[in-house]
Parts: sequence; structure tokens; C-alpha cells
Amino acid sequence: MSLLSLTNVATRYGASQALFDVSLTVNAGEVVALMGRNGMGKTTTIKTICKMLPVLSGTVHFAGQDLSNEPSHRVARLGMGLVPEGRRCFPNLSVHENLVAAARPGQWSINAVHQLFPKLEERAGQSASLLSGGEQQMLAIGRALMTNPRLLILDEATEGLAPLVRQEIWTAIAQLKRETGLAILVVDKSLKELSQVADRAVMLERGCTVWAGKTDQLDDDVITQYLGV
Amino acid sequence: MSRESIVNVVLMLGMLAVPLWAYSADEPFIITLTTRAAILAIAGVGLNMALGQGGLVSLGHAMFFGLGGYSMGILASHAQTYTPLMTWPVVIEGTSSMPVIWLLALLMSGIAALITGALSLRTSGVYFIMITLAFGQMFYYFAVSWPAYGGDDGLSIYVRNQFPGLNTLDPIQFFAIVYGVLLLALTLAGIIARSPFGLALNAARQSPARVEAVGISPYRLRLAVYVLSGMVTGLAGALFADLNRFVSPSMFSWQTSGEIMVFVILGGVARLCGPVAGAAVFIALEHFLGGLSEYWHVYLGALLLVIVLFARGGLVGLVAGQRHAHD
Repeated sequence: MSLLSLTNVATRYGASQALFDVSLTVNAGEVVALMGRNGMGKTTTIKTICKMLPVLSGTVHFAGQDLSNEPSHRVARLGMGLVPEGRRCFPNLSVHENLVAAARPGQWSINAVHQLFPKLEERAGQSASLLSGGEQQMLAIGRALMTNPRLLILDEATEGLAPLVRQEIWTAIAQLKRETGLAILVVDKSLKELSQVADRAVMLERGCTVWAGKTDQLDDDVITQYLGV
Repeated sequence: MSRESIVNVVLMLGMLAVPLWAYSADEPFIITLTTRAAILAIAGVGLNMALGQGGLVSLGHAMFFGLGGYSMGILASHAQTYTPLMTWPVVIEGTSSMPVIWLLALLMSGIAALITGALSLRTSGVYFIMITLAFGQMFYYFAVSWPAYGGDDGLSIYVRNQFPGLNTLDPIQFFAIVYGVLLLALTLAGIIARSPFGLALNAARQSPARVEAVGISPYRLRLAVYVLSGMVTGLAGALFADLNRFVSPSMFSWQTSGEIMVFVILGGVARLCGPVAGAAVFIALEHFLGGLSEYWHVYLGALLLVIVLFARGGLVGLVAGQRHAHD
């Protein structure tokens, strides 16, 4: 049984419908890439999974549980760790405090996060608002890991970062997959890195799932048709 | 030790030094004045938990202050008249024991905070301010129309309640009790600010959605701090009633809520010892300027205006600098 499954999900922002028919699955230990051009519904799908937006129709199941009536904080407690678009750390807290505020018991501790991102240990006492973009992204991932999730959701984790920092983030994601077997749903525009790290990909267009398959099946036709590159 | 910690230590030592000097100079009025400042500081520390940590602008904290006061007044009035508080289904006698009165004050204000908080915290912003104000005024009008305990005239207590091992009629010993309670309240506030609970609360003040995304319900966090905050303010109310040996509906009034908020803003919102500085300055202004003019509130207003416009961290922030709010 899939860890996460969306079946024919639709949602809206107020009166404006944004998703029409999204279906996808993520299995335990699997990395799935959610792809599509700008404005096709990737972030909206993630917000719907995390119950930041209502499910208009269709179903969202996580670990065998129907999330229809669950508020977003309870969804997160079920084991869904979100790294939101734009990092969004708590700016008034220090790096250490950002991690402590989110902590829940499990294999991920402050030390484990420091091992994954040694820069966070160096900056432990510094205010999160004073970190560079890359460090804030590391902190956002570390904060999500401190909740000890079963599924990590990364929304545009490398957007706007310098190439070297992006590489550092991708290395960390690959390390997470290799060493922890954590299920990961990742949204990103870096096709090359996604192809290397993801097992499967799901393509969205105008709020609908239009393609799903293994990343090695992503040929030029699919990429040109749905990503326009 | 950070600069703010040094300021905090100096403030607390200063609050201890004034009554000790007054004791040696045989100035019991100064001791009582400092005791009053310390009690109001406790109320401010209570509000600062909700306002500073949780960002909850409550204009109803007088409700807890009054509940603490009336807990003391009702128990003590029955103790002094030797009449039971109730006879059915169980007999409950009045008491003049401070620890028992404090327990009741904590319990009553905690229950009131739980009920009013559970409803108020479903709103936010100006609606939260208005609903807390409305709850406070409900208690005010109830106290005004409750003749059994003095109604509009209030309730006088002719004896000072007792604390084991101390003579509470001696101003310096009563001050020692209040100072001890203030230290406990500050310790609790400090522990909360540094705990994962306090950090999550601080984070929820900045972005409730992000806190929900890490699996924490901002509503529960806020309700918990609102209850703790109400209990501390309620305890201050019980001490205030003991100091004055009088309780009246004005303890519930919105002006009292406003005064408690002034202590916090004047001293520094979210600064641990902000309410101590705020209450001390307020009492000093009331005493010294009040002697010169009955319109001393005008000067207080001007000072508050300057603080809000030019020193967002309050008096403590002005001296300690703008660093971590919960240093």
C-alpha cells in the first residue's frame, strides 16, 4: 500500500478552482518528482496534501488514513514534513531555536541535523533572519526533519540558490534517500538533478495529472510536451 | 551574561534595595509602595506571557486580577465573620490562610481563562481585543450587582491574611512574600520563553501556518499560555487585595486591564523584566507626579507615547538594546 495516495483530487483558492484531477502515489522509501510548468498546480497540490487548502473532491490518504477531515497540524503529526516554497524559517528565532521548536521524538535529533548540514551547527546561535538563502534552506529542511517525518515534501527547495549551494542541497537529498530510506516528494525545476535522485515522476498540466512513470521513461517527447524545454 | 540579563539583575536588586533602605530609615510607606509595584509587576508578568510570547493583546486581564482579588475577599470575609461560605452540599468555611487563598485564586482565574480563552482565541486581531474586553466588563458588572459581597461599594477586610512563619502585618515581611512570588513568576516566564513550548508560541506569533506545518496547533499553544497568564495575574489580584485589605469591582474594570498593559508596554513587551520596570516607573510617577498634580496621567501618557514611538523594546529595550526579545 502506498504511503501517500491522491485520487482525482480537486481544490480551489476561494471561488477559483486550481486543481481539477490530480492523482499520484508515493511509496515508502521512494523519491517522487512532481513536475510541470509554472502555474500548473504543483505547489497547490502540495498545499492540498498538507491540508492548507480544502479537498473539493477526490481523496487524499496518508499511511492508510483518509485526510479529508484532518486539520493541517494533525496531518503533519501523522508524519508529513513540509519544506515550503520560499524557505519560511521563523525569523525571530535562532537556528537552534527553529530546530527545537519543531522537534518531536524519533531518530532525527539536533545532532543528526548538524551531521547532515554542518553549517547549521556553526550558525546555531545566529538569528534565522541573518542566514544566507542556502543556509535558510538547510534550516527549513532540518526543521522538517526534526518533526521526524515519514514523508518529506520539498517545494522548490533549490529555487533562487547559487549553483554550489544547490549542489549541496541535492547531495543532502540524495544522502537522505540513500541512508535513511525516507519517502520524499520533491518539486523542482532542475530536470537533471531530479532525474538523478527521483525514482518516479508525475507531470501536472492545468491542474490535472497528465503523465506518471519512472524517471528513466522521461524521454524528450514528454519533456518537450509538458515542460516545454 | 547578556546585557539584558544584567539589566534584569539590577532591576530586581533595585526593587529589593528600596524597601530594605526604607526599613532601615523607618519609612513603612515606601515599603508598601514598593510592595504595590511588585504586585502590579506580577500582574504584568502574567499579561506579558500572553502578549509578549503569544502576541495576544488582551484587554480583559482585569477579569483574572479581579477574580484573584475576590477569591481573597470572599474567603477572608467569611473567616472574619465566622460564617461558612456554603453549607450545602458540603460545608465550606472561609479562611485567612494565604496559601489556601492563592490556590483558590489560581484555580478560579485558571478556569475563567480556560473558558474565556477557548472562546476568545477563535477570533484574532481587533475581535480578540473586543471579546476579551467584553468578558472583563461582564465580570465587572456582575461584581457591581452582587450585594452579598459589597456590590458597587466593594468589600473591606479588617485582618491581614496569614502566611506560615511570617508576620504579614509587618510591611517588610509582607514585601518579602510578594517579592518571592514575583521571583517565582519571573522564573516561570523565563522557563516558558526558553522551552520548546515558548519557542513554538513565539513562532506561532510570527506565522501560525508555518507552525501548523510542523504539526503544532497554534490554538492549543495560545490557550495554554492564556491560561497560565490568567493564573499569574489572578495570583497578583489576591496579593493586591491582601495589601489593600479591600476589594472592589474596579479590579475588574477595563481601566485596570489598560494599566496592566501600560506596565508591559512601558517596560518592554516580551522582555522578561519589562513589567517590573514598567510597574516601578508607573508607581514612581503616580507617587511623585501625583503629589504635584492630579493630572499626572498626562505626563504618563506623554512618556508612553515617547516609548512607543522611539523605544519599541520599552525601557528595558532602551537600556539593554534590541536583541533577542526573550533574552
